[in-house]
Amino acid sequence: MPLTDSLRDDILASVPSLRAFAISLSGNGDRADDLVQETLLRALANIDSFQPGSNLPAWLFTILRNLFRSDYRKRRREVEDADGSYAKTLKTQPAQSAHLEFEEFRAALDKLPQDQREALILVGASGFSYEDAAAICGCAVGTIKSRVNRARSKLSALLYVDGTEDFGPDETVRAVISGNG
Amino acid sequence: MKDVKSKNATPGRLSAEIQSRIGHQLRAMYDDVVRQGVPDRFAELIRKLDASEPNPQLGTAGDKNDGRE
Repeated sequence: MPLTDSLRDDILASVPSLRAFAISLSGNGDRADDLVQETLLRALANIDSFQPGSNLPAWLFTILRNLFRSDYRKRRREVEDADGSYAKTLKTQPAQSAHLEFEEFRAALDKLPQDQREALILVGASGFSYEDAAAICGCAVGTIKSRVNRARSKLSALLYVDGTEDFGPDETVRAVISGNG
Repeated sequence: MKDVKSKNATPGRLSAEIQSRIGHQLRAMYDDVVRQGVPDRFAELIRKLDASEPNPQLGTAGDKNDGRE
């Protein structure tokens, strides 16, 4: 369909969540914004192929996800961001007390296989249905469910289960999370 | 909250407590970015492209990245 005012507004309204998706995937703010920019350019250049009434965010996320994956294959060695530069991209730094926990979470997320990470983000953070997430990733709904489950299990093992049989009071859990346990 | 019993971390079956923590942290990370809104560079980009037809140096309609893999 042609780029109407309302379609343009809808695309613009999707930018914040596209950025969140891109940063969650890449762990790098600058790169994420480049991805978003390229996504918008592609979307506008191919706007005729967008079906009116279909799910615009899902369409945009599909473009971004495919761009990220083709880019990732090219730049595999630059992708990892172990030094937490993701946090520097945030305008509001996490509160000091939560900072370590945040870094730990980000690091654990980066350890997931890419398939699992993207599935977890789409379903658990972006709020897509399993069906939409499957369409975005070009796989079966059952595959998405299984990736999300495996992602949660692995995060749990990385963050909460290592070295603890049982969960005590919150203070104990927090100590473990921040590496003091 | 002070007496959370885990189920000895049975593989494949996470406690509701852990599920909820993971979900919360994931959304906190994500929403932190969402709340930043639309940076000027993107608003400008859309505005600039708005008037003109798609630029020939951009992706083309046949590009494999325009949809499913």
